Formats: sequence, C-alpha cells, structure tokens
Amino acid sequence: MNIVVCVKRVPDTETKIKIGGDGKAIDPAGVEFVINPFDEYAIEEAIQIKEKSGEGEINILSLGSIDAQVIMRKAYAMGAEKGVHLNDDSANPDNLAVAKSLAAQLKEMSFDMVLFGKQAVDDDSASVAVQVAQLLNIPIVTRVIKMDIADGKATAERESDAGKEILEVTLPAAFAAEKGLNEPRYPKLMDIMKAKKKPLEQKEAQMDAPKMEIVEMKYPPERPPGKIVGEGVEAVPELVNLLKNEAKMI
Amino acid sequence: MANNVLIYAEQMGGKFRPTAFEAICQGKKMAQELGGKVIAVAIGSGIENPEALGQYGADKVIVVSNEKLKDFTVDAYGKAFADVAGKNDPAVVLMAATYQGKDLGGYVSAALDAPIAADCTEWLAQGGKIQVKRPTYAGKAYATIAFTGETAVISIRPKVFASDEPDASKSAEVENQDVALSDDDFRSIVKEILAKAGGKIDVSEGDIIVAGGRGMKGPENFKILEEMAELLGAAVGASRTAVDEGWREHADQVGQTGKVVSPKLYIACGISGAIQHLAGMRTSKCIVAINKDPDAAIFNIADYGIVGDLFQVVPAMTEELKKVMGS
Repeated sequence: MNIVVCVKRVPDTETKIKIGGDGKAIDPAGVEFVINPFDEYAIEEAIQIKEKSGEGEINILSLGSIDAQVIMRKAYAMGAEKGVHLNDDSANPDNLAVAKSLAAQLKEMSFDMVLFGKQAVDDDSASVAVQVAQLLNIPIVTRVIKMDIADGKATAERESDAGKEILEVTLPAAFAAEKGLNEPRYPKLMDIMKAKKKPLEQKEAQMDAPKMEIVEMKYPPERPPGKIVGEGVEAVPELVNLLKNEAKMI
Repeated sequence: MANNVLIYAEQMGGKFRPTAFEAICQGKKMAQELGGKVIAVAIGSGIENPEALGQYGADKVIVVSNEKLKDFTVDAYGKAFADVAGKNDPAVVLMAATYQGKDLGGYVSAALDAPIAADCTEWLAQGGKIQVKRPTYAGKAYATIAFTGETAVISIRPKVFASDEPDASKSAEVENQDVALSDDDFRSIVKEILAKAGGKIDVSEGDIIVAGGRGMKGPENFKILEEMAELLGAAVGASRTAVDEGWREHADQVGQTGKVVSPKLYIACGISGAIQHLAGMRTSKCIVAINKDPDAAIFNIADYGIVGDLFQVVPAMTEELKKVMGS
C-alpha cells in the first residue's frame, strides 16, 4: 500500500493573527507555524495503515515556501519515509492553482491512496482535496472519522448533513481526515534525529496564474464591551432578566 | 459574456433544504447586478415541486433526475452539476457551504477550471462583477476576494443570509435534463446513512448553544448543561479540551478545529476562552459566560458574565429559566 499524504504549513491555532502592512495578508512575524492539525490525522492514518499491511511506503507532498520542509521533517519523524517539496513563494490565493500543481506531481508518483486533512486552518476552504481528486479522476471521501481497508476497497465513515454515512470506494482513492479519526503520535527524539537524514526532493512548483485575488484583508468587527452581571448564584435572576428583557433571547 | 447565475438547489429525500432557498435568494440578487438569469439545478431522484423554486427567484429549474442519484455522492452529483453548468454560461456558480456544498464546490471548480471562494459571508457587485468576503483563519480575519475570468464558484455559509418570503404568485419553468452517467461516476457507494440521534440538535444548527469546557471536570457533569439545553431547545457544545479529554465527541466541538458557529445565544460554561475557541463562536449574537476566574478571556467577548462556580450557577440558572419561561 503506497500512500501519499499532502501537508500544509499553517499558523498555530493558538496564534493571534496580525494583518500585514499591505492589508492583503497576515504578517508572519512572531507567528508560530505548525503542520496543519487535520493533516496530522492523515499522517497518523497512513502510518497505521502501513503498519497493519506491513508493506508499502509513505510519501509526503507539500507545496509552499522553503519553510514547508520543516513540517515535512515532522511528518518524517512520525513515520513517513520520504517526500517531495514543491517550492513556491507566490502565496497564490487560488486553491485550484494549488490543486493543479499537486495533481501534476501526484501523476508522477505511485500511490494507492492520497490523504489530506479535511481543510487547512488558514484559508479554511476545504476545496483542494476534492479538486485534486477530480483532476486525478479518482474517488474521494472527505471528513473521514473512521476507515478500514480490505481487498482493494476502503470503507469510510463521516459526518453528513443527515447524520453519519458510510461510504465504500475502490482504490486508488483520496481521503480527507477529520479530527477523531485517530490520535496522532508524538515522535520520539530518536525518530526526530532519523527524520533529518530521510530523503527530501525539492522541485519548483508549476503554478498557473491565479484567477482570484485578495483585494483586502480585515479584522472582524470588535464586539461591544459586555458586563459582568455579578458573582455566584445571587447574580442568576438578574442574568435571566437581562436575557429576557434586554437581549430578548428567551 | 457570461452573466447567468447557476445555483445548486440542495435537496434531501426529495425535499429542498432551507439552504437552497438562501442560495437562490442571493443568486437572484446577484443576477440582478449582472443582468443575467437565475437558473436553479436540482439533482436527485423523486424531487418534489421544482417549480416552487420560482417563488424564491429562480427563472428556470433544471432537474436532473435519476434513480441512481438517490443519495449524494460527489462524483455523480458533481458530474451532473458540472455538465449542466457547462451548457449554461454561468458568471457565478452558487451553492450553500453545507457538507454537500463544500464537496460539490471543489469538484465543480476543478471540472469547470474556475476559481472557488468557499463559505462566504458577504458579497458585493463591483464593476459588473461579483466580489465576496469570507472568513479566514476561522474568522480571525476576513478576506475580500475578486475574481478574474469568466466563471466563479461561490459557496455561502448557511444561515448567514436570510431567505426572502416566497412569492406564491411566481413559478419557474422546469426543464428535465438527462446527463449520461457511467459506472465510473458511481465509484463512491453509500452503504449506510445513520440518522442523527432523536432530538439531538447539532451545534451547527442550534439557535442556542450551551457549551462546556475544562471547567466541567468530567463527562458526567455535562448532564447539567443537557438539562438547560433541553429546556431551551439548545444544542450542547464543547471546547477542544472537553473533546480532547474524551468527555464529548468531536462533532460537538466548537472552535478552529471543530465547528464555527453563530447562534443567537451562546452560553459558555467553564470555558476560559482560548483564541481557537473564540474564533469559532465570536459571531454569536449574544454571548453569556459563566466562569470562576474573573480574568478569563471569555469575559472580554461576553455580553453578560457571571463570575462563579458553574456547578452552582448552571443549575440555578436552569431553575430560574423554568420560572421565567413558564410565566
């Protein structure tokens, strides 16, 4: 079972976002960047599938600036063998251009499965995985919370508009991981050391010109200051009164 | 030049969902700006009353009906939708950013070679084109996006745009269209659909959410939140800590790695207010915080706060609500 996991470098979710001087992007200064949290579930799942089947290899694919290699090494420390970095400094806002570039690279790789996180927590679009699957003409299951592989088929469970659904797809296929799929491992120090020596191929990303642009980036409107109604149970009647008569919420 | 607005009219079990009406109402307004027609596309099997979409502003409804399309799968629905879109010269391809809509948007974007802006919360017409605003970084920032090229795919966040009252005097022209679907378009097979547990309201759908965090101390204590939620007809939400501790399931998580919600009323109990949590609920209309730490960050964005022990305050509040709501 050969698996490619696509990963993205994003700001840590605990980071405060500062908009840069051009008013069109965030200022990266002082921001801690991490591997996209949903991608960690994808990496962990790939490792578990490989451990179970006892064969195949895990390739990491990441598109972005040279710093993407830092998070690729983290995926290596978790258990991936090697990877390809598509170098791109353009911060292209068009996710279809990104998907095309990833799909072009994937066509050169051998895989039974391509795994993604369900969305990147920076632009929150949840589009690239589906776009890549369409471009590669393979099935995809998004937001996977449980999966089993057997006889060249995958059974995957996910939350849906109706509740939950169970889908079956034939491999090769793509999957986008949701939180809850597994518990990503913490790499051991020895694995972090080993990860530094694993092969990482760097290529220039082939990117289409974007068909969309960010005209402006702004902070959300500030919420007006609220009030502390009081302390303890004594404050409860007044709170409920305010909810009923001032906020008219109940 | 393309100027039509093509809308995915999402249905479930043959009935259109409220998000379909929201999308059509916005699509109608966009088409007015662009000088084009409003074309709704309904895909499925046994679709009821497609002509009624005219009451919300559709000029025409294209129905792709096929028994094989009973359940949504992105390949088959995407193929059908992209096929219709390709024949109707759309400037905008519009849908609600539901689970289906998010899958379908990505597929159609790639199939039509058109850019996508997902989960938009505002739009405007600028120089004869549509621009959108959408939250990024879970709403820590909002980006305004302009498109180049003929067609743009746009999905709008559910429940952000109110739909207009239906105009019962209007009816849309209905056209049935066959789309050739091969076995290759049914590579995903829906084996089972498990309906939501009876009575349970999902956090993404609740008008009121009662949420608990680290301060809940354990799964058994969520009972007091459930009691309040039942009284209010509310959903029960949870912070990342509560989910990571295994107290609640991930489907209940509010925040950057959970769900981004904007209910009318959000009652945060024992939630300190980590940045990733605030990002997920800061657009709630009214926020109430109950926390024993007066310096908790949640109080900075709460409209009303009580500093105190939630294990005393929450049950007392439920009792008080019973009194007030009964009267």
